[in-house]
Amino acid sequence: MATLSDTELFLLVTMIKIAVVMFVLMTTVAYLSWLERKVVAHIQSRWGPYLVGPHGLLQPLADGVKFLFKEDIVPLEVDRVVYWLAPFLSFALAFLSIAVIPFGGTFTIQGRTFNFQITDVNVGLLFIFAVTSLGVYSIVLAGWSANSKYSFFGGLRSSAQMISYETAMGLAVVGTLMIAGTLSLRGIVDGQSGTWVIGTFNTYLPRWNIFVQPVGFFVYLTAAVAETNRIPFDLPEGEAEYSNMVTVSCLATLLFFGGWHGPLFGPGWLRMLLPIFWFCLKVFCFLFFYIWMRGTLPRFRYDQLMSFGWKFLLPLGLLNVLATSFVVAWLSA
Amino acid sequence: MPVTLEKIPGQEERVILNMGPQHPSTHGVLRLVLELEGETVVRSLYDIGYLHTGFEKSFEAKTYTQCITLTDRMDYLAPLSNNLGFCLATEKLLELEIPPTAQWIRVLLTELTRIQSHLVWLGSHAIDLGAMSVFLYCFREREILETIFENVAGQRMMTSYFRVGGLAVEPPLGWLKPVEKFVREFPDHLREYEDLLTKNPIWLERTVGVGKVSAEDAVAIGLSGPSLRGSGVKWDIRKNQPYSSYEKFEFDVPTRSEGDVYARYLVRLEEMRQSLRIVRQAIDGMPEGRVRANAPHIVMPDREEMKTSIEGLIYHFKLVTEGFHPPIGEVYQAIESPRGELGFYMVSDGSPKPFRCHVRAPSFANLQSLGKMIEGRLIADVVACIGSIDIILGEVDR
Repeated sequence: MATLSDTELFLLVTMIKIAVVMFVLMTTVAYLSWLERKVVAHIQSRWGPYLVGPHGLLQPLADGVKFLFKEDIVPLEVDRVVYWLAPFLSFALAFLSIAVIPFGGTFTIQGRTFNFQITDVNVGLLFIFAVTSLGVYSIVLAGWSANSKYSFFGGLRSSAQMISYETAMGLAVVGTLMIAGTLSLRGIVDGQSGTWVIGTFNTYLPRWNIFVQPVGFFVYLTAAVAETNRIPFDLPEGEAEYSNMVTVSCLATLLFFGGWHGPLFGPGWLRMLLPIFWFCLKVFCFLFFYIWMRGTLPRFRYDQLMSFGWKFLLPLGLLNVLATSFVVAWLSA
Repeated sequence: MPVTLEKIPGQEERVILNMGPQHPSTHGVLRLVLELEGETVVRSLYDIGYLHTGFEKSFEAKTYTQCITLTDRMDYLAPLSNNLGFCLATEKLLELEIPPTAQWIRVLLTELTRIQSHLVWLGSHAIDLGAMSVFLYCFREREILETIFENVAGQRMMTSYFRVGGLAVEPPLGWLKPVEKFVREFPDHLREYEDLLTKNPIWLERTVGVGKVSAEDAVAIGLSGPSLRGSGVKWDIRKNQPYSSYEKFEFDVPTRSEGDVYARYLVRLEEMRQSLRIVRQAIDGMPEGRVRANAPHIVMPDREEMKTSIEGLIYHFKLVTEGFHPPIGEVYQAIESPRGELGFYMVSDGSPKPFRCHVRAPSFANLQSLGKMIEGRLIADVVACIGSIDIILGEVDR
């Protein structure tokens, strides 16, 4: 193989990374629907899908084929452009945020080091928040374009909900940012490597933010559930929620659970791949938690949801920021 | 042209919203027209009749025995209660005495029906408020009950098992085994539902203080059943006007004074426990004996008798071709169905078909309370309120 120039190599590796990440994400989203159906089914003492392939494993594929062959019904009175645009927007934005999510350490090709991440933006967290908050548009537009009172109510409620929980979610992560001192997701994760050492005593507890930011984590998790419109906050239901679910689960892992850090052992190639495994495992736990919750909880009423967000989560997030900043200032003094 | 609400001049910004008849949370084909200020319901109007089948008129064209199959279909979640109401009314007309075994089996089966009906209510009420799993748990247990009904009557839902003068056939040997098993296991399942809902903060938020009906209003509207007892009025026909030897059973009538959705929920859950108590007593004290009254001109003879004796053959022929002739008169007989006071007002002109049979359906009367519950509340509460009244549209429209 001829040696590639640096630019060519960079381009090639990036393209491969994008392709792999997209493939994995699309598959995850598809199989998340399978997982959700299976897990909820077993919670509810049912079987769930089991006809298409072993244990219904080909069900997402069958669903996809069905959707392709289905007739698209566009109601007469809808605003056509917006009606088509809204779902595109929703999916595009949901996939966009995955671009800055790091899912492992580094690897080396031809003496050059690459990250397991499509691109390491130094304001990665801000980027994700920016992109996910744009998701409100897709919901407002969808609710508006269908020209029905019900979907209009749904759109309004959902956008109000997303905007209010966005603030709580933003506040929840401020604590971790103050500890890490960077907005780069990679930087935040790097700050969580190793174990907590108190004085000279090694606790062998991983140095994850969850242990210093439990309140922040609680606020983040609750707000994230609301942000992705899942039960018990699922007033309007939609399926683009799956990829949003992946995003917020990734973020929770990165911010509070040490990202890809975990025990490393074995030969070199294993040491390179294990972080990815740990990362995926942690994300999977969050996804499972989401599904588990869906099988257990009833739903909030709209006004209760709003007051919970504004009157409880937001003050709690603020208090957390205040407390963290005092501690950080005291430690650095 | 379906009825609708007219906008009040000066209040044009209010939205008129049509809800139903296909809305999944209206429990059938109830249609509501709501006037909304923001998301608050200002006025409401209900439109019933989408399931009108003319049961009451059909009664007049059928013999008493044929009518029983129609009663199943009115309240399709409590067919045996309806069978019982109709049979009791006819028996009152005939002044017919029923053997104790038949009475006890009737009590046992109608109490199981009550549990079965409450299970469907609990499941659908919970799924309306987003608790999906409870729905399937309830249906899991309901399945056991349906199997018991099928075992006894040959049908899961449209049982038509009670006859004027007793039961259609003797229940099969060993039929009490699955009932005993159910009675043993069901309290655990009840605890399971309660774990998921009763103290769940979200469930409390959605139900406590929602859809309040005061005791005075409840009586004025004509509420009955758990909805009435949820408002603190201790009235249960099984206790106050006992029928089918309910006076011989020991049970409590649960009441709550709050009158909200949560109170009605608790009352129904407690009712299931009380029904279980009655079933247990019925199993333990089940008397031996015939399941049909000794009244050859009303009750079908045994197959054996019909084939071997001339009287049996004649009675069989007369009953099948013509039916029995009750005396001229009119009666009203009410029972406590899972939903409340189910009354049959029967007029006989001496012919084998009822001259008029009016049904006092509990769902119809209970539905009237909905307006009181939802006005001034949010749309999301409408769903909770409809669920808490536990209406069956087949019974509302008849």
